[in-house]
Amino acid sequence: MTAVLDPPAPVRRPAGPAVRARRLARRVAGPWTYAALIAVLAGSAFPVYWSFVVSSQTPDAIDRVPPVLVPGGNLFANIARVFDTTDFALALTNSIVVSGTVTVSVVFFSTLAGFAFAKLKFRGRNVLLLLIIATQAIPTELGIIPLYMMMSEFGWAGQIHAVIVPGLVTAFGVFFMRQYFERAIPDELLEAGMMDGCHSLRLFWHIALPAARPAAAVLGLFTFMQAWNDFFWPLVVLVPENPTVQTALSTLASGYTTDYTLVLTAATIGTVPVLAVFLLFGRQIVGGIMSGAVKG
Amino acid sequence: MPVIDKTARRHRWDTRFAPYGYVAPYFLLFGVFGLFPLLYTIWVSLQHRNLLDEGGASVVWFDNYARLLVDPYFWNAMGNTMSLWLLTTVPQILFALGIAALLNRKVRTRTLFRMGVILPNITSVAAVTIIFAQLFGRDFGLINWVLELFGAGHVDWQAGTATSHVAIAVMVVWRWTGYHALIFLASMQAISPSLYEAATLDGASGRQQFWRITVPLLRPQIIFSTIIATTGNMRLLAEPLLFNPGAAAATGGSDRQFQTAALYLYEQGFTNYDFGYSSAIAVVLAIATVIVAGLGYLVTKRIQTE
Repeated sequence: MTAVLDPPAPVRRPAGPAVRARRLARRVAGPWTYAALIAVLAGSAFPVYWSFVVSSQTPDAIDRVPPVLVPGGNLFANIARVFDTTDFALALTNSIVVSGTVTVSVVFFSTLAGFAFAKLKFRGRNVLLLLIIATQAIPTELGIIPLYMMMSEFGWAGQIHAVIVPGLVTAFGVFFMRQYFERAIPDELLEAGMMDGCHSLRLFWHIALPAARPAAAVLGLFTFMQAWNDFFWPLVVLVPENPTVQTALSTLASGYTTDYTLVLTAATIGTVPVLAVFLLFGRQIVGGIMSGAVKG
Repeated sequence: MPVIDKTARRHRWDTRFAPYGYVAPYFLLFGVFGLFPLLYTIWVSLQHRNLLDEGGASVVWFDNYARLLVDPYFWNAMGNTMSLWLLTTVPQILFALGIAALLNRKVRTRTLFRMGVILPNITSVAAVTIIFAQLFGRDFGLINWVLELFGAGHVDWQAGTATSHVAIAVMVVWRWTGYHALIFLASMQAISPSLYEAATLDGASGRQQFWRITVPLLRPQIIFSTIIATTGNMRLLAEPLLFNPGAAAATGGSDRQFQTAALYLYEQGFTNYDFGYSSAIAVVLAIATVIVAGLGYLVTKRIQTE
């Protein structure tokens, strides 16, 4: 019976592992997790931050040892130099026109086709849908030579519609909207509309389109960022005199200048629009990727 | 009666034909600007077609492919592509699993961390490469400065085959790991907590739980990510092109030490204007991508629950 009166020490000792086990099961982050996550965060943000630092310094700062790691007061002077050196205003305008048009078009046509695939019955629907899923996996860049030949034939080479038109629809967008409609609109609602003699275009306009807004917004965000960042095709089909931001960066980096402060300032300016979208809608973007809303 | 008749006819027209109208814009645009060029590439690859030649195009059947077989630059580019594929894909998946596991804990300010990991993915590939090319600079690059602090010497990252591949892989891994981490995280959150509770009661450590519960249950996503990453990493172009920008950028380094197959395609197509040969490279690269993605599938498919 003396065992019962033993001091509490042996009873307390298993409490440590028990607490840890419970934490393990509940997956509460410990200090190491936070340390690791902060390291990841720092690693993610650093290159962009450093580019901003260089953009705000005088041109000699980039060659300094030890490296400069805090922003200076030269940002606006550098920005002015970028706009003096190249027609960066044209590049920005082109990029805005391209990304804007492509985004509106992809969202609209994807919503339209996605609605039809999810909610309307027609012959050949499954075959066509399968075709869309299959084409998602094909990197269309591999058709770049014939595409360039076509654009030359049309007389579009060097002009921004050569960049816009092939981007007006994406297989991914159609598939994504179809998946969304499948879940978001109950069939009964549309059937009721049909009974009342609604034309399917009216069903689309009054029921599907309003219901599609959250998904369309996510698709729009991704499409905009992808169009803004697109590099290979604009590089091939555009000329340095009529660039997008990305091809202007390429020209600037490969050009006559070894002024890397200038190049990095241009890179920073070119990143600001997507960064702004990202900071405003980060939550939606994260949610979109986690629900499979973007193709790598 | 004619009114009803008309309505009925309109209704029938609507249900039968209107859906084609809704999907037509997609198929029309994709057919002309997506599918047709892709298929036409095969036909161009069977031609001698060089913009600089006066003679125009002529069908030469498999001559371009025969030329590829004995072209050392092509094999060099394929070798670099495979090396970069390995150096980018494997770390991407492994780091992404680790980061997803961290994010899967109950963390405060979780949106901040999630946004943090995806930040690299939204920056443009051109900007990223230009920034990293400076960070990897030989004389004043930040990375060499840090290495010197630890007593390692200056590395001329662009000069060597291995070092340039590592530098390019870092850019790719930096840009894409967070994307895959969020894909994994989404599936990790769907795993029932009771599985972990039971494992904990059985005395399984956190690491054991990760490798024996989490990873096997993530198999579909790991397969998906491996295939997506493969199709992306087999056609790297912007990174090798802008790593050493300049007049000879398309060769991927002075000794072609980091010229990928996609960059060689670009060099042949748009600096030599040899469209036939360039198309042959595109076709071979597409086939190679399918084979490598298939390999990736076979490897990741073997992940199993114990």
